[in-house]
Amino acid sequence: MVVDSYKFLPRSFRPFYEGRGPFPGEDEPVWAPFEKRLAESRLAVLTSAGMYLRQSQPAFDLEHEQTHPDWGDPTWRAIPASAGAADIGIAHLHINDEDLLADPEIALPMHLLHQLTRDGVIGSTVADHLAVMGFQDRRLADWRHKTAPELVNHLRDQSADGLILAPA
Amino acid sequence: MPVLARWIEAAGIPTVTVTMMPAVAEERRAPRIVGVEFPFGHAFGMPHDRAMQRRTLELALRVLAGASEFGTRVDLDIEWPVPVHDAYRAWQPKEPSPIVRKMLESRK
Repeated sequence: MVVDSYKFLPRSFRPFYEGRGPFPGEDEPVWAPFEKRLAESRLAVLTSAGMYLRQSQPAFDLEHEQTHPDWGDPTWRAIPASAGAADIGIAHLHINDEDLLADPEIALPMHLLHQLTRDGVIGSTVADHLAVMGFQDRRLADWRHKTAPELVNHLRDQSADGLILAPA
Repeated sequence: MPVLARWIEAAGIPTVTVTMMPAVAEERRAPRIVGVEFPFGHAFGMPHDRAMQRRTLELALRVLAGASEFGTRVDLDIEWPVPVHDAYRAWQPKEPSPIVRKMLESRK
């Protein structure tokens, strides 16, 4: 089965995604080999659904986006692997958040990943997974120069052997 | 998001991108791709359906650990169990996002 990449996208949005080619300067292959066995590896997950911890973290900045429609908050949040649905908020103006609030695992399957650790499929998970808000300024300057290096440092600090990214 | 995967991969951390738009992830040159024919916001499946979520996650792990070359794409063979028309409406925000509102206003 080959996935229809535009099945759920409004037809008028399709030209913004289809046939645009690589991001400028990003056409060469990049490759980090996955060298360990999964059962000995530590994994991390990243969502772009705009998740944050209601009690202790600021939401992604939607007010600024309301007045600057081409801009999206480029910051990131560390989401503890132990956080439950009640701890998690969603700040994202481009998707309906009802299912995400009911079951954050659909975008950030931290508990399922932990279950795979107990089942011996993977070795372990990081203590803190990652969340960004996927709608970004088209140039991605803040993501490139600030967010991405910070995410890499976080993953290294947590000894992650691999990362699963899930666009919202 | 595929570009973010590229930057993290370039720093030495292997990545897999689980996406409802795998053709776009290919165009943007993500290193490893799992395609899912799921509505936006639901990369791993239906809420509370742990079996579906696990199938998605396990495929992602297989591609992450087992892909032998750059650009590997494997699509998940699961049909979304909600009629397309309903699912298409359900994922969208109740209010149009600011950029969509701006586009709609510019057409008037």
